[in-house]
Formats: sequence, structure tokens, C-alpha cells
Amino acid sequence: MATAFSPSKFAAQPFPLNTTSQNNPLTIPTIASPFLGSTRKLIRLCSSSNLNLRRRSGTVVAVSDVVKENKSKSTPNLLITKEEGLELYEDMVLGRAFEDMCAQMYYRGKMFGFVHLYNGQEAVSTGFIKLLKQQDSVVSTYRDHVHALSKGVSARAVMSELFGKTTGCCRGQGGSMHMFSREHNVLGGFAFIGEGIPVATGAAFTSKYKREVLKEVDCDHVTLAFFGDGTCNNGQFFECLNMAALWKLPIVFVVENNLWAIGMSHLRATSDPQIYKKGPAFGMPGVHVDGMDVLKVREVAKEAIGRARRGEGPTLVECETYRFRGHSLADPDELRDPAEKAHYAARDPITALKKYLIENNLTSEADLKAIDKKIDEVVEEAVEFADESPVPPRSQLLENVFADPKGFGIGPDGRYRCEDPKFTEGTAQV
Amino acid sequence: MLGIVRQKMLEQSLKKIPPAVSVLRSYSSAAKQMTIRDALNSALDEEMSADSKVFLMGEEVGEYQGAYKITKGLLDKYGPERVLDTPITEAGFTGVAVGAAYYGVKPVVEFMTFNFSMQAIDHIINSAAKTNYMSSGQISVPIVFRGPNGAAAGVGAQHSQCYAAWYASCPGLKVLAPYSSEDARGLLKAAIRDPDPVVFLENELLYGESFPVSDEVLDSSFCLPIGKAKIERKGKDVTIAAYSKMVGYALKAAETLEKDGIDAEVINLRSIRPLDRSMINASVRKTNRLVTVEEAFPQHGVGAEICASIVEESFAYLDAPVERIAGADVPMPYAANLERMAVPQVEDIVRAAKRTCYRSESREIDSQHCGGRS
Repeated sequence: MATAFSPSKFAAQPFPLNTTSQNNPLTIPTIASPFLGSTRKLIRLCSSSNLNLRRRSGTVVAVSDVVKENKSKSTPNLLITKEEGLELYEDMVLGRAFEDMCAQMYYRGKMFGFVHLYNGQEAVSTGFIKLLKQQDSVVSTYRDHVHALSKGVSARAVMSELFGKTTGCCRGQGGSMHMFSREHNVLGGFAFIGEGIPVATGAAFTSKYKREVLKEVDCDHVTLAFFGDGTCNNGQFFECLNMAALWKLPIVFVVENNLWAIGMSHLRATSDPQIYKKGPAFGMPGVHVDGMDVLKVREVAKEAIGRARRGEGPTLVECETYRFRGHSLADPDELRDPAEKAHYAARDPITALKKYLIENNLTSEADLKAIDKKIDEVVEEAVEFADESPVPPRSQLLENVFADPKGFGIGPDGRYRCEDPKFTEGTAQV
Repeated sequence: MLGIVRQKMLEQSLKKIPPAVSVLRSYSSAAKQMTIRDALNSALDEEMSADSKVFLMGEEVGEYQGAYKITKGLLDKYGPERVLDTPITEAGFTGVAVGAAYYGVKPVVEFMTFNFSMQAIDHIINSAAKTNYMSSGQISVPIVFRGPNGAAAGVGAQHSQCYAAWYASCPGLKVLAPYSSEDARGLLKAAIRDPDPVVFLENELLYGESFPVSDEVLDSSFCLPIGKAKIERKGKDVTIAAYSKMVGYALKAAETLEKDGIDAEVINLRSIRPLDRSMINASVRKTNRLVTVEEAFPQHGVGAEICASIVEESFAYLDAPVERIAGADVPMPYAANLERMAVPQVEDIVRAAKRTCYRSESREIDSQHCGGRS
């Protein structure tokens, strides 16, 4: 299906189980074959220049019916207020500046291992997470720095964690791919793709369990699961779509479809690349939204999170987005077409929001520049803080393996090992 | 085996009378008999009524009353919100349970057999075992994974593997393997109350066996400590360390050995991780000989770990090389006679014990049952 994504596949109302999304008559008829399995077909299709561009046109893509109604009214009805606009802008700029600084630090050797950057996808994180309360939870993948930042984890804590210092959010024990924060309900940070989805489903399950069994009647916590296009071919994804719809869990499955899974193009890996269609197959609505536009994402997010909070069940949201950098800092990023990259660079979400804010007289250039400067200072300060922080002490190696450290068993003297005073000094034999 | 069959038949009619057969086991004042099935059921029941955060999840745990009837009656008592029948999706529901545990509810996940846990092992290890460490103590995972483990009767290669060694090698997990009803009750209660992920390895063939239980065991606050083994039978000539079903075999082997003048000490490991190294070492320092028995594949198994531990800590006390009895190094065959050959039998344990006491003739007969010595 190398044709244009058909817009408008969303039903805000309770979704009838047997409905499938209709094909928009605007789809380009010439390449109508639904199966893109063979590489031969792929080469033929790709040979036409701008193929990708035509397929993912910048014109109106799916937004909810509710939003469409809003837009048809007169323009004074803006999508956001000034405060909200500035909040969104600041969050996206923080995400971008932070990730750029990560790249710098990595090449200077201060950060190591696997680092996956989020440049270009900020609209998805900001658009969704800024609508959550503190008790709502977020489960992410290895590309989780910005999710943690949007949820409220301080830049200092994340940067220290990346440097492997003891002041990091996980005291240096997690690393780039494993950002956890109990306070902000960031439940990781999972390295295996698809691993976070069942965990998120479980968190949503707890929310329902608390309400129904433990009788905490006002417990309406929502969980967001972020994952990529590659994950949508993994069995766990489907298992969880089934269970979430079956038990009507308060969860939103957010697909950050950036078209590439390391070097594997989504089209080469997927039989039906339109991921949002997989929602209705399991009895939940499937939405497709332009993930480079934070306002559109926010509108869809409001609907989906609202649905979950009201107890109407899960939603699958596919955000069409793009990562400006490679898969990770070790990825030479040779397979992606420069024209494709340029196309998306032109749709940078931060520039787009800036344009919106200024054109609609919500704020001035000066204000935005002030925010840019403030964020730069925050990020610089985070780096300084992380630099000056100490590395974890030797005794930290054995800590936190178990919540109940008796799990280390009984030492040669017959007492529990954890009771040995030398245990925490790191000098006891284990 | 005959003893157990006899006991089952006697059980019905002789419940009140301290059975004569219990003289073989060194339990104290055994007034009541309880099957493992009842022990597990009662432990789950009591823990669920004590703490409303505990819930069950698994295939057929609800309406079917449990694939092996362990969870019988619990659906009626606690309702479908606390006893969840899941679709056949181990990876999915295990992950869901782990995610729920992140928030402090206490799932007890049942795997129909631990062979199926291989589909979910990513969540057991990566999402459950490692999380307390990765999050530096912020998120603990109070979850229990339980189910039958090891060989059953005639179920073939894909349903017969023992996973004790695999799970026990992973830091962050606690791995328990009960033998008697007392073990089953005490360890399951301890596992459910424990704030860390616990893998609870039962044995299908033991479910119907009954064991004497004292009043203390029947009390609802009865709990056994995790990480401590139990000496089932005191002795002075050779230590036999085993877990799960093999403890029963070791006890029978000890009876046979007694007739030959060898006084064996039988240790019921109870806890594979953490392994009670100090008790095993203390026992070996007393007897100077060791035989480890397990049903699992020999390479990199629990017996290998015990042997390494003894060599590291009590080398000078050993009077003979450590004997490892394990299952045959083949996927479990189906034919009944082959299956019998692939699993350790009481005679193998007796022979091994005699070898450590330098009473045996030759080794070749035993090559297929001696771990790595083929």
C-alpha cells in the first residue's frame, strides 16, 4: 500500500466491532496492490521519485471528527491558549536541546553504550504526555529520554543517569534505555521492543483493579504505551490489543511510526503498513494522526485519554512521525533517502508550532527566544551537574537486586548475608 | 513408589490414626494428612483473603478450577476480578501481571507447566527480575510465578523440562521448589508475601501425594523462610541433597542404604535461589561425602552449582568425589521404559551413595545417569 494514507479513519463514538475503515477515494489508483512483500515491487515503486512524499503527503491527514467540526467553525476558536502554547513549546524545545546535548556528550565520551535520540518526534511526546496527571503512567522503549522529561523527570536527573552517576534518576543503575521514576510514574525504559506494551497493559489493569476490587472509586489513572512501527509486527502487541479491549483497560497505545526500524523500512517489514487499522480488528478505535504537528496530536490525545478515563476502553493511535537522526548514535544512517529526510525536516514540529503561535498572535518572537535561552541554560546546567556528580560507590553494586535482600541467601556463618556489615561496603564475598 | 500407593489407599480410611508408614519420615506429631494440592489451594485461599491485592492469573484457573485443580473453588469465593482466566498468551499476560505488580498489587501467575513459561521468560527475567535493580529500588515487583515443573508421566520432550537451573542463574529472582505439603504451604505463603519476583516450581506427580502436617503448619500465618534448606533425615555417612520429587526418592534410597549400614543424611533444598550453601557445606563437613540428585538435564544444573560450592568451601573435607545424579542428557523420550531410564531412580541414588563410600563395584553401569560422566 504505497499509496497515500487515507485520512479520517477515526470514530469518536463507541466503535462498532465489525466496522473496518473505508478507503478514501483520494488514494492514488495506479499502485493499488495491497501486498508489498516482494522487493521487486518495492524497487519499481521506489524508482518513481517523490514516491514517499506522495504517499505521505503533507495535506490533511486523519484527525478526529470532533476536531474537524472545530475547524469548520470560525477561526477565533483556537486550539490552545497562550499558556498552553508556551508550555508545549518549552517542552518540545527542552526535548530537542537535551537530545542534541546528548549527542555532543556522547561524541566527547561522557556518555556511552546505546543512546537513542528522539529528535523530530517531540510532537508526539509533548502532545500526549502534557495532558496527563502525575498519577498517570507512561511506558516507553529505549528511546525514552524525552518521554521521561515530558513526564516531569528533571533534566539533571536524566543527564546524570546517562553519565552513569549516582545522582541519576536510577542512580546510574539503569542507563539510557531504562529510565524509571516512581515519583513521576515513568515505568521504563525497555530495551526489547514490544516488552513495554504488556507492562503498560498491566499498569492499566491495576488502575481498573484498584477501582473495582480495592474500591478506590476515584482511581481513573490512564496509561500510555509508546512504541514504534517495528513493534507492531511483534506478537506481544497483538496479545495486548486483545486483552486491553477484552477487559476494557484505560490505556492508549501510541505508535510512533517513524517508518524505520533501524535500517528496516516499515514497508518492507509489514504486510499492511497502515497500523491504525489493526485497532478495529481487536474491537478498539484506530486513529491515524500527523505526528509532526503537536496540535493535531494533542487533539487526538485528548479524545483517546478522555475515552480511557471514562472507562470506555483502549485506543490505538498511529502518529506519523520521523526521527531526524539515526536509530542510535552508533547508526551511520545510510539507508534513508536524503529527499525523505529533507521532506520531514521541513515539517519540523518546533518550527511549525512557532509559526502557529506567532501567526495567531499568541506570543512574540522575543518570548520564544527567551524560552530557547532558558532551556539552553537548563541543559547546560544539567550537564555541569552531571559532570560534578560522583560515580556510584562500590557498595552500590549489590544494592537493590532484591527489595528484600534476604534473597542473597545465607552466608557461611549461617546468618543472612545482608546482615553482614561488610555487605554494603562491597567487601563481603557473595 | 509402592509406599506412596499404599499410603494413598490408607489415607482415606486411616486419616485419624497416625499412619504406620510415617515412621519412614521424620516429621513430628503428624496428626493430619494433607495433599500437596490441598496445601497449595489452602495457601492461596488464605493469602487471598488476607490481602485483597493478591490475585490469580493464568490459563484455566477460574472456571475450569485449575488445569491441575490447584485453584479449585477460588473463582466462586473471590469472583472473576480476582481469579482471571486469560487467553492463551503467556508473553502477554505475564507482562500484564508484571506491569500490575509494578504498582504494588500482587499477582500470582500460573503457568500450565513451566515449559510454557519459555514464551514469557523475557518478562520474568527482563521485566520482573531486573527491574528493582534497574530502577535502583524505586519499583519492586511482588509477583509469584508458579506451576508444575519437570517430568510428568509420558508427556514427551516439550512438556518435561525442569527449569530450576535456568531461573536460578538469574539475579533478582528467588526460586523455590517445595517437596512436602508443609513446604508447599509455607513456601507459597512466603512467596506471596515476598516483595520480589519468586519462581515457585511445583511437581505434577506430587500433587496427589499426601504428607503429614502438624497444627502449626495449618495455621494461617505459617510461613517458611526463603533461603533455608531442611534436613529431612539426619545421618553421618553421606549427604544426599535433592529438591522436589527427588527428595522422596532420596529418602527411600536412605532406607535402602540403612540396611547396608550406610547412614545417609538427606537435605531437602527447598530454595534453589538463594541456595542454602552454608547448610550443605556444614552437612558435608560432617559426613565428608556428597551426592546431589536432580531430575533436570545434567549440564550447568543445580548439582553442578552445589558441587562447585562444596569444592570452593569444603574441599579439604571431601573424602570422595562429589556424585551428581541427574536426568539423562537427552530430550525426554515418550516410551515408558525409555522415560524410566531418562529419569533418576532410587537405585541410581543408592549406587551413587555407595560409590562415594567406596562400596560399589564399577561405574560403567551408571554412566547414563551420572551427569557429565558418560
